[in-house]
Amino acid sequence: MSSLTITGVTKSFGSGASATRAVDDVTLHVPHGSFTTVLGPSGCGKTTLLRLIAGFLMPESGTIAFGDTTVAGAGVRTVAPQARRVGYVPQEGALFPHLDVAANIAFGLPRAARGSQEGNDRVVEMLDLVELPTDFRDRRPDELSGGQQQRVALARSLAPQPAVVLLDEPFSSLDASLRGSTSRAVRRALEATNTTALLVTHDQNEALSLADQVAVMRAGRLVQSAPPSEVYLSPTDPQVAEFVGRAVVLPGTATDARATCALGEVVLIEPTNGPVALMIRPEQVFVDLAHDEGVRGTVEEVSYYGHDCAVQVRLDDGTSVLARMAGVRHPGPGDTVHLRVTGLVRAYHPAGTT
Amino acid sequence: MPLAYVAFYVVIIGPVDLWQLLARPRIAELLSNTVTLAIACMAATAALGVSLAVLVERTDLPGRRLWHGLLVAPLAVPAFVNGYAWVSLDRSVHGFSGAFTVVTLSYYPLVYLPVVAMLRRLDPALEESAWSLGHSRARTFRTVVLPQLRPALLGGALLVGLHLLAEFGALSLLRYPTFTTAIYDQYGSTFNGAAATAMAAVLVMLCLVLLLAELRLRGNRRYARLGRGAARSAVPLALGPSRWPLLGVVGAVVALALGVPAYSLVRWLVVGTSTEFPVAELTEALVATVALALAGAVATTLAAIPVVWLAVRHRGWASTVIERSTYIANALPGIVVGLALVVASLRLVPGIYQTAALLVAAYVILFLPRAVVTVRAGLEQAPIVLDDVAHSLGTGPLATARRVTLPLIAPSLGAGAALVFLAISTELTATLMLSPIGTHTLATEFWSASSELRYGAAAPYALLLVLVSIPATVLLMRSDSPATKTERVPV
Repeated sequence: MSSLTITGVTKSFGSGASATRAVDDVTLHVPHGSFTTVLGPSGCGKTTLLRLIAGFLMPESGTIAFGDTTVAGAGVRTVAPQARRVGYVPQEGALFPHLDVAANIAFGLPRAARGSQEGNDRVVEMLDLVELPTDFRDRRPDELSGGQQQRVALARSLAPQPAVVLLDEPFSSLDASLRGSTSRAVRRALEATNTTALLVTHDQNEALSLADQVAVMRAGRLVQSAPPSEVYLSPTDPQVAEFVGRAVVLPGTATDARATCALGEVVLIEPTNGPVALMIRPEQVFVDLAHDEGVRGTVEEVSYYGHDCAVQVRLDDGTSVLARMAGVRHPGPGDTVHLRVTGLVRAYHPAGTT
Repeated sequence: MPLAYVAFYVVIIGPVDLWQLLARPRIAELLSNTVTLAIACMAATAALGVSLAVLVERTDLPGRRLWHGLLVAPLAVPAFVNGYAWVSLDRSVHGFSGAFTVVTLSYYPLVYLPVVAMLRRLDPALEESAWSLGHSRARTFRTVVLPQLRPALLGGALLVGLHLLAEFGALSLLRYPTFTTAIYDQYGSTFNGAAATAMAAVLVMLCLVLLLAELRLRGNRRYARLGRGAARSAVPLALGPSRWPLLGVVGAVVALALGVPAYSLVRWLVVGTSTEFPVAELTEALVATVALALAGAVATTLAAIPVVWLAVRHRGWASTVIERSTYIANALPGIVVGLALVVASLRLVPGIYQTAALLVAAYVILFLPRAVVTVRAGLEQAPIVLDDVAHSLGTGPLATARRVTLPLIAPSLGAGAALVFLAISTELTATLMLSPIGTHTLATEFWSASSELRYGAAAPYALLLVLVSIPATVLLMRSDSPATKTERVPV
């Protein structure tokens, strides 16, 4: 096991004028034994980043290092994928269809260990680690459910004790209930082995709930890497805010610690002055059904989820605002409500710098 | 390579001589014979194939499953055996009407099979939507089902056309001269290379026209199911009282396509065994056939691996050209390949003329497309991500090929080799032209007996040829088989 350090890595596809930078000057550090998720919309370059780390692609510039060992970069002989000791878990698991579960898990073990008692023990240990019963060892991949296949794929990647485990949207093909249980099992297995892991996903719930660190990518660039709560509460710019959770972004004018906008006066996290963009989370918008206090608006749409509901409100000045409220008592479309902002609000200057 | 030979030779002959060779009444007659028969048979097989497919797949015809098996079975009877069966029963079966009957009855399964496969794949929800929009059953069939059958139908009909252009044995027995039979006569009687090549050039042009038409059709249209989830099977149309006459029609087709050759074979077998039953010669022919087919199957499959590897794993214009060119070979009649190899070997390496090696080379050229299609389907089942995973687990490229890729494509390699083996066993034209002196295969022995009107002596060989064809037909009947897509039956 080791840490993973990526420094200024760039990779383009195509050539000449049509070349696109899939990964653009990305710098990221994943500490030893920690779990980082790379979050970004499809096509943002996150899978390319993963394939660069695995060694399936070569970076044009920048370096990739496992611990103190540089595996790719200027002046260093690039280490081939099979010599990097990365565990790679692709989408849908990609188990070898011609091998049973035990042979899949033992695939990466040294030749001597395969088929010996030592290899057998390792297979059993790995099955136990990913919380599958031992008698699964003789099953064929097509006899497993999607979640079980993912667990076996993880066991296969962990068996040779890799330096880093890379997971490429491993849960995206699972249905919602399996996704939760499988991802928690994977997280526990990685924690138990103290494995450095990098998981790529476009699902913000997955990114926030699993990781020690979330790295947000957009158009090939890494725009923020921080613990989950920091990414959610203090996104670097309004676009990150809108991607990581829902956000209402309103123009406003700041005067020291306060600012005014369509939702009235709000309190800022950091004092500033001048025209700003205010990022307000929907759960910060309080919907008052009983009193006339706050900014008046008309309910346009209500999405009821049971535990809570999302209410789209058109303010009298025409601005549309999303509010999230407990589902116990909720308004219907056409109702008149009053909105207030609770808690602190982050302000961004139009250029995008706070 | 045979294509290059024809093009090269045409240039050598020169435009003036070429014109003189081609602008003869004989050529005009051959051209009109070939084209008339091709068009008539394509139309007839299309009509027969679609109506039979709809009857079997979409109506409550009694005994549908049994009929399906019986309707595909004629594929197991090589067309030249079928021609022999008819001619030996009734000498009046010959000329256009005879050729039309025999070819249509031999080749309609080429339309029937893909149309059946398409009908099974069609989501009945489409038809149900049309009914719910107020269309009648007949109108729905015309406006919804038929357009979707079009690729299968036209693809099948074009395949019939390609087969017909390449057909030698049946047409020769039925004394209906086309380019293919004329080339063989020209080659056999006068060894007139220039005249034969000129005709081969015309034949190749006709084949390429058909092939381009097929590629165009296949490339531009997408009729895949849009939704996900399992397709339900369609509710069969109740035929009512008309089922009995229709049953009679299907029965008649089976009787003509299957009954006649079966009856004829049994009859001549009985007659033939009473006079002579050469066990030793039969065994010798069988051994020679198996040996040649084995060598050809192994060589063809080995040649297919790099082609498929390039096409699937290293997409680029070069690999596309290589893969496509094997499909052009798919349209080359055995006679052209045979002729090209004869002339090329005599001119370039006289040493290999009349050797088994040359014959195996001809088989590789003829049947490479078949092996490519099957092996390709196998390699596509081995996605590149498995290689990535194997690399990340510490295996190098060679170990990955050995431990991951080869085990995965082994079944398709086996299937491809089996298909080629069976195809070679019943191949007639190229074998006749190229087989080494003294080597007798089932097909050449059958041919020498039947063309000398020794029908009884030909019967045991014909029977063995049919038996050899049965496994390939069973493979084809599985509609999910990748082979159904561009399959050619041996001619």
